Amino acid sequence: MDVLLPSLVDGLLIGFVYGLAAMGLTLIFGVMDVVNLSHGALIVLGMFGVYLLYTALGLPPYVGLFIMLIAGILLGMALYGIAIHPLLGGPHLSTLLSTFAVSMVIIGVGTALFTSTPRNIDFSLGAVQVGNIRLLGTRVVAAFVAIIMAVGLYVFMYRTHTGKSIRAVANNRDAAELVGIPSRRILALSFGLGTMLAMVSGGLIATLFPFNILSGGVYELKSFVICVLGGMGNPTGALLGGLILGLIEGFVPVFMPVGWTPVIEFTLFVIILLVRPSGLLGAR
Amino acid sequence: MKGVKWLLTVLFILALVVTGCAKAAPTPAPQPEQKPAEKPAAKTMTVVLGFTASQTGKYAKESKEQVQGIQLWLKDLEKAGGLKLPDGTVVKFETKSYDDESTKERVQQLYTKLITEDKAEFLISPYSSGLTAAAAVISEQYGKVMITTGAASDSIYKQGYQKVYQIYTPASRYLTGAVDALKAWDPNAKKIAVVYEKTKFATSVAKAAKAYAEKQGFEVVLFEGYEKDTTDFGPFINKIEAAKPDAIIGGGHFQDGSTFAKQLYEKKTPVKMVAILVAPAVPEFAELGDAAVGIIGPSQWESLAKYSPDSAKAAGVSWFGPTIDEFVSGYKAAYGYEPGYHAAGGYAAGLVLQKAIMDAGSIDADAVKAALDKMDMMIFFGHIKFDTGEYHGLQIGHDMVYIQWQKKDGKVVREIVWPEAAKTAEPVYPLR
Repeated sequence: MDVLLPSLVDGLLIGFVYGLAAMGLTLIFGVMDVVNLSHGALIVLGMFGVYLLYTALGLPPYVGLFIMLIAGILLGMALYGIAIHPLLGGPHLSTLLSTFAVSMVIIGVGTALFTSTPRNIDFSLGAVQVGNIRLLGTRVVAAFVAIIMAVGLYVFMYRTHTGKSIRAVANNRDAAELVGIPSRRILALSFGLGTMLAMVSGGLIATLFPFNILSGGVYELKSFVICVLGGMGNPTGALLGGLILGLIEGFVPVFMPVGWTPVIEFTLFVIILLVRPSGLLGAR
Repeated sequence: MKGVKWLLTVLFILALVVTGCAKAAPTPAPQPEQKPAEKPAAKTMTVVLGFTASQTGKYAKESKEQVQGIQLWLKDLEKAGGLKLPDGTVVKFETKSYDDESTKERVQQLYTKLITEDKAEFLISPYSSGLTAAAAVISEQYGKVMITTGAASDSIYKQGYQKVYQIYTPASRYLTGAVDALKAWDPNAKKIAVVYEKTKFATSVAKAAKAYAEKQGFEVVLFEGYEKDTTDFGPFINKIEAAKPDAIIGGGHFQDGSTFAKQLYEKKTPVKMVAILVAPAVPEFAELGDAAVGIIGPSQWESLAKYSPDSAKAAGVSWFGPTIDEFVSGYKAAYGYEPGYHAAGGYAAGLVLQKAIMDAGSIDADAVKAALDKMDMMIFFGHIKFDTGEYHGLQIGHDMVYIQWQKKDGKVVREIVWPEAAKTAEPVYPLR
């Protein structure tokens, strides 16, 4: 019991960040049916953005995070124009390949510039001791930022005109066009939002763990598991999936060797695919 | 028309000559200038030394350092007038080296080529355990002596090879020194947690460390591996804390090691000692700041180490070759920066070969093998002695040095804290 509670709290807090990362992936899939294979590379871009702003300009990571937020939207929209739009409507494989190509470019240039040397943001917010639980400042803030982002996204999607347009385009692009929604701009914005979520979650992860240019792969994989868990294309489901994954990571090591964590995670992944392929919260 | 034909013929012949020359030219490898044979003073013989370098591929960086170490040794040897045998013959080395692209297939092709076409008498291994294992098969098949460096795996020496000799401390002894250190620093410490990355290398190190710790009377309260891609150690650390160990040893590579160290610090895990593989030996570990302080890691060699003719005398063995300072300043002069252990390992491999040929008094492979079997000396790299029993060629003399990150004047710096003979600072103990 002494171990269980702190571990569950640790897992839960990181789960929010996992969920945020997965929301970016699932949003893009939900709106335009594109599986974004550059997701991991974009997460890494967020990590390095925050890291470079911190080490070169001395900006606190959370200010850097805000810059990543804006940079993410802009970069995402640009990427949409270059790598996605010309291929939309074609076979799935072409966007799969083009996003993979984007990933290769980012990782390739990144490796050339920064090598695969690990980086760390030496930044701490201290910790609070509650009973036998030690809450780390950075972890609590990361979870908090993730929650705010998730809520913000929800409000944006359901309460604003643009958000409703996104949902309309996701539902039926032709019909949306007919009622005068500029689908190209909306799709670009959606890809921008997805990219932003990936980069912000990357920035948050960078405040927690050391990383290098190749670190994105792990989080991309986690994001896929989470998306399937929560239902591809469903942002709320992604958040739930993130929490479940975080809890598993906190829960499993208490009762069995920590090496079993990925086994359990991926077993669950397969079971969900078999039993409930639309995910826990259903699709779209 | 006839003129044109003639011109074409000339051009064609010229082209043939040029391409022919290009093919004939050996791959660029620094080659000591050979003195004209007329000089009557002493008999000179040229011996081909072969090795591959990973100029491309994943080992490019480490291999470059290692090769630079070998080249510096050759340069120093050249400066000293070559290797003199007892009968007055001067042995000069001609190196043959090719790019192995960091792949086993190329290594096997190229070592075969080195032996059969280039007539290499002696070989030095490529960088990394995997490539070295591939090269050892070939060198042993042709009965050539190979000095391995940059390769810590034990398994190569379990194949019964007779002419393969290891410079690095084998993986099985990477963390045993940490256990010794703990025993020496704190007789009350009794419990150790061994946690390791589930990779071949880290697992074999951890298993050996566990066996050793138990033999030394410690209780291993937790022995558990974690996945290669583990990013969050939070829950795992809670579990380690519950086992209440005095020391944590293990680790794997840089990424997991530095994350683990950072989280141990953030969670203020109450342990007296943390010794992990690889990560603390990398300079970038300092980026962790305060989280790096107190973390101990094994290293094959450090320029700070204190091996010297005096420590050789104290250990009762002979000293050979340059001092650490001579090696470091020579390397800096040649390449412009401080050597790490990869470079030192390259130089050491050459030095060991040189001493063996001198002791053997000939370049005959069997005579050199006999000299290597008998070798027991100290060089700037540390103590060198090979197993001649079941694990023939395994390094049994050389020890890891253990560095610890410490805080000095507000900066995190690395100091050697173990073994006593190489120590540069008192250990920070207990950690928390």
